[in-house]
Amino acid sequence: MMMGKTHGHFRLMLAGAAMSALIFASATASAETPADTLVQAWAIDDIISLDPAEAFELSTGEITGNTYDMLVKLDIADTTKVVGGLADSWTVSDDGLTYTFKLKPNLTFASGNPVTAEDVAWSFERAVKLNKTPAFIIQQFGLTADNVTEKAKAVDPTTFQFVVDKAYAPSFVLNCLTATVAAVVDSKLVKEHAATVTPSEEYKFDNDFGHGWLKTGFAGSGPFKTREWRANEAVVLERNDNYYGEKPVLARVVYRHVKESATQRLMLEKGDVDVARNLQPGDFQAVGQNADLATTATPKSTIFYFSLNQKNENLAKPEVREAFKYLVDYDTLGDTLLAGIGVVHQNFLPKGILGALEDKPYKLDVAKAKELLAKAGLPEGFSVTMDTRSGQPEQGVAEAIQQSAAQAGIKIELVPEDFKQLLTRYRARQHDIAILQWGVDYWDPNSNAETFAVNPNNADDSQLKTLAWRNAWDVPAEMQEQAKAALLERDAAKRAEMYGELQKKVREQGPFTMLWQQTEVAGLRKNVQGFKLGPTFDTNFLAPVSK
Amino acid sequence: MLRFAFVAAITFLGLIAVTFFIGRVIPVDPVLAIVGDRAPQSVVEAARRQYGFDLPLWEQFFLYVKKALTGDFGTSVLSTYPVMQDIRRVFPATLELATLGTLIGLVFGVPLGVLAAVKRGSLIDQAVRIIGLVGYSMPIFWLGLLALLVFYARLGWVEGPGRIGVAYEYTFTPITGLFLLDAAIQGDWGAFRDIFFHIILPASLLGYFSMAYISRMTRSFMLNELGQEYVVAARAKGLSEARIVWGHALRNAAVPLVTVIALSYATLLEGSVLTETVFSWPGIGLYLTNSLQNADMNAVLGATIVIGGVFIGLNLISDLLYGLLDPRTRP
Repeated sequence: MMMGKTHGHFRLMLAGAAMSALIFASATASAETPADTLVQAWAIDDIISLDPAEAFELSTGEITGNTYDMLVKLDIADTTKVVGGLADSWTVSDDGLTYTFKLKPNLTFASGNPVTAEDVAWSFERAVKLNKTPAFIIQQFGLTADNVTEKAKAVDPTTFQFVVDKAYAPSFVLNCLTATVAAVVDSKLVKEHAATVTPSEEYKFDNDFGHGWLKTGFAGSGPFKTREWRANEAVVLERNDNYYGEKPVLARVVYRHVKESATQRLMLEKGDVDVARNLQPGDFQAVGQNADLATTATPKSTIFYFSLNQKNENLAKPEVREAFKYLVDYDTLGDTLLAGIGVVHQNFLPKGILGALEDKPYKLDVAKAKELLAKAGLPEGFSVTMDTRSGQPEQGVAEAIQQSAAQAGIKIELVPEDFKQLLTRYRARQHDIAILQWGVDYWDPNSNAETFAVNPNNADDSQLKTLAWRNAWDVPAEMQEQAKAALLERDAAKRAEMYGELQKKVREQGPFTMLWQQTEVAGLRKNVQGFKLGPTFDTNFLAPVSK
Repeated sequence: MLRFAFVAAITFLGLIAVTFFIGRVIPVDPVLAIVGDRAPQSVVEAARRQYGFDLPLWEQFFLYVKKALTGDFGTSVLSTYPVMQDIRRVFPATLELATLGTLIGLVFGVPLGVLAAVKRGSLIDQAVRIIGLVGYSMPIFWLGLLALLVFYARLGWVEGPGRIGVAYEYTFTPITGLFLLDAAIQGDWGAFRDIFFHIILPASLLGYFSMAYISRMTRSFMLNELGQEYVVAARAKGLSEARIVWGHALRNAAVPLVTVIALSYATLLEGSVLTETVFSWPGIGLYLTNSLQNADMNAVLGATIVIGGVFIGLNLISDLLYGLLDPRTRP
């Protein structure tokens, strides 16, 4: 019996050894990405939908920007201007209300269907009727579910007409039409996948405009097509061989969801990914010093700031508002915590947008701050809380501000929290001070002007909850009027001037202390060519990239 | 049997109730996850009505339980898919990782525990206990990153984060969701190798923690057994030491040890979210945590129910195994 047992054991061990030999035969795993595929490591857990009428997140912006086309797009050489996308040319009527676009000839979708003005009109119709988060960008021109088919229609197969309700600045209208919500979808293809819906109080239509399908599907005309989206895992793009323009060099682009900066850096060093998109300053610097790797950086429109809730009686004093602007060591922050990932910026329009100011009048000046506090009747300082997202660099910056403010007698208690939690408190106006970020909704100065300098109704039940509202700032009527007037100013140079004045006023009187403008950075393998980040996520173009 | 079903049902109801109310109390607005921060107020309010967030708490709970009893666990607001579909996608990843991790913990932990018990007080015993203590105390997040640095980046012995490499991702078809099994079934040995090298590092990490616990408990149980009189009697009879230790003492120690291993397995099945984050492992831990941070309560409750079910199931299995191994406990 003993013999049988050991014999059995021996056979088991032999099998195990053979198995291991087989497996470990090629122990050193080959860690190279295929030559025709660009692999990017990026945190893509913000994607909730691929439908352009619904998507408003940053990661989706990049996907949409590479897989769909809009009528017009930003001129990369000068982002204060707009050039034709699907549109060849356009005219604005004398009264400023009618925009007529002529489409380029011989355009096709990835499916092979031709791009016609009907597709453009239907794309606008569904965006307005579905009424998802980004729909306001089109609806703000007076388009509603009832009038959209009249206001956004195809005059003939190559001519699209868009009618707005006021004589807005043409630059404003065109800038908004570069947003991804105005992407043109393949109406023939999407209609095939439309699901019937029973009309209800909330939703008055009998079909879903293909929304259920397009949430994870694709119906675009861009240089790439979306092959697959696995939530929180990966997005795969494939070259669109039916593309009417210059086809991409690479056959495929894969985004792999990797949350940690350190992990991304390791994968980049090993060659498991070609691009790493979420590098923190420490890792970014290390990548810059690595001979096999390269780096690239571009300013993005996101501005980081902290704001004072005017419901707090200390923070509501104008001298206190001003004092805080002198209690930040901008230069040191710029050189240390923000090195490479941000540039100090003190105005509410980010650089690159029409009318953006670049002056930086504020510096750390504790004496001046103390003087202002004394004038406000608070020479001994006061206590206050500051909500921040628990992560870098916000938390580090919050700590730095806590230190400088302490020198003037202001005792700040930091409240680090999860981002969604912070947002919930902020939107409910429960904070004292909050340090946050804001990215433009569309590439036009009105986007930020409307949120920082407009607050028509400061009551709790307001329908327009701008950032000014979230901080209970009763914006002086004069500023609100100026923001509205700049919207209708048809001369671009004059418009820029008006926003310049507005920024100055908000800077001097508002409860906002602008801190820095974000720089998007990426680490690359040396063999990656043509990879350039744009000013917005939907201008991070992949078509020119090669390896 | 009936009593077991009753107890299980009460446990589940309690679990759901507590999770539900905690979920409603956490200070995150669930609408944020659905429509985002930029939505106009009208869209926000429409979403709030659509998802029933404006109803009183107890009414929401009642509606939820009613639907759950019919098998409808709701839709995840984040992914917009039915929760059970999401879980069917993420759970196999955790199952595969946890199973391999427990196996590693078992294969190394039990012999080491036995060795430590037999050679009690010696250098080997100290070494085993120290290795175990280190495994227990080290933050897994840090250890994971360190392991990636050493074994992946510097030595190149294993693959990096993720379940499968780019080269195989599009030719590989999952069947059960347990990738190793799927690759073996289809005879795709290239993919099998790739998957193995992806899973071995996180599994070893979890295995290390598991081993730390299992080896300590094995040592403890073995010491208990080796101090019994039957061991003295067996030695007097002239049986070989190996026979006594492995054939008799371990067999007896296996009885409580099985419960320990089952519990360790269950702990890993909960989904070690830190490991899953570091290794980009799309498992249930990451799913649950992400849903919680976004107040996606349908997903949180669905995942909690599944994990609760797994715990209860494993407890049942370990009870049965107890009976199998120890005839005295059979009814």
